[in-house]
Amino acid sequence: MIEIRGLHKYFGELHVLKGIDLDVHNGEVLSVIGASGSGKSTLLYCINGLEPIQQGRIEVDGTDVHARGTDLNALRQKLGMVFQQWNSFPHLTALENVALAPRIVRGLPRAEAREVAERQLRHVGLGDKLDVYPKALSGGQQQRLAIARALAMEPRYMLFDEATSALDPELVGEVLDTMRLLAEEGMTMICVTHEMGFARDVSDRVAFFHQGVIEEIGPPAEIFGAPASEHLRKFLAKIR
Amino acid sequence: MFDYNFHWRPVIKSLPELLEAGLVTLQVAALSMVIGIVIGLGLALARLHLRGPLRWLATAWVEIARNTPALFQLFFFGFGMGAWGIHLSPFLIVLAGLSFNNAGYLAENFRGGFQAVPETQLRAARSLGMTVWQAYTRIVIPQVFRIVYYPLTNQMVWAVLMSSLGMLVGFRELSGETQFFASRTYRIFEYFAVTAIIYYVIVKIILGASRLAAWRLFRY
Repeated sequence: MIEIRGLHKYFGELHVLKGIDLDVHNGEVLSVIGASGSGKSTLLYCINGLEPIQQGRIEVDGTDVHARGTDLNALRQKLGMVFQQWNSFPHLTALENVALAPRIVRGLPRAEAREVAERQLRHVGLGDKLDVYPKALSGGQQQRLAIARALAMEPRYMLFDEATSALDPELVGEVLDTMRLLAEEGMTMICVTHEMGFARDVSDRVAFFHQGVIEEIGPPAEIFGAPASEHLRKFLAKIR
Repeated sequence: MFDYNFHWRPVIKSLPELLEAGLVTLQVAALSMVIGIVIGLGLALARLHLRGPLRWLATAWVEIARNTPALFQLFFFGFGMGAWGIHLSPFLIVLAGLSFNNAGYLAENFRGGFQAVPETQLRAARSLGMTVWQAYTRIVIPQVFRIVYYPLTNQMVWAVLMSSLGMLVGFRELSGETQFFASRTYRIFEYFAVTAIIYYVIVKIILGASRLAAWRLFRY
């Protein structure tokens, strides 16, 4: 379980997150929506400790992420992350991309890491691309590669940071399908997304971010069917 | 027109010694590159990520290495350090001088290389639980090496040619050896002409090897 209490985050003078309280339960799929610059992505970076926080606390399975002495490298193995710019490692083949961290971070023997990597690549539909370098893959394939890479660490949580926003429209579907598959398998997921269809159909809850606060949160039917806040109504009207 | 008679025989006779000295040249240049790369990476990272004295030191190193004659840098390790009672062998003088110079030039190449690797690569590596060391050695630096590969090859060529300054501090590398024979036989032109060809061949071999290695290494 991920518990966030009274979280404040600043970039210099800029107050990005203004008091976030949020629980994400095991097996839950939470979609985070909102305008650009509302702090959605920053929240993910704070959860896995890639960004420091100024106030409040974030606990992952009872471990305080930002406490002094927390082993962030160990913690991050629980928190798979997929980025908007898929960030495949260009100098490694698909297989090496996925097998590297299991080998050097989890300490698996080479053969076993390879096995894990092959399994995860097949899982996301890239079983025939093992020895291909990222530059020979499409954006959608690279993003699925990034998902496989995160899954190979056997995380308990997956954080998706606008995983489809940098993709050509015709490639969005394959990545969303992979995310759907994970959701069906019971993965706990936080998905920052602009894909309202995905948010509506796949998530258990949807959080609407507005200027650094969660202005509204609830089941998709409520958020999309009966939005209470004025900002959410405007936001939904704009993107429809 | 001119009444100089070429005498090639002495040069041919001492060709084995010259070729051996060519190997010494190659060795000292290669070694100075290895040292230069390690220090250059450190200097680049210090200039990018540190504040305070270490950063100033790195900046000073780069400034001096790039903006003063290589010969003076060699003389510093040769005669300058003698003033403090530190006497290095000719080999060490040349190795230290070349390494100092290489590190300064390579640092700037590496700095550009590091800046060309997107910061998100580091983030992605860290998000998988890699330590800073792992992220740099496995993800960032391999990509930097590809970016700076041709400048790196250039610097290696430069190191080979620059090592000829060794003859001025009594080092018997290719030029030093040539000078030794030339002054014994007075066949100065002949000796240096042949040596020039040897340098040319060494450089060509380096360029060829570099191209071959690039073809093997950078499949992506």
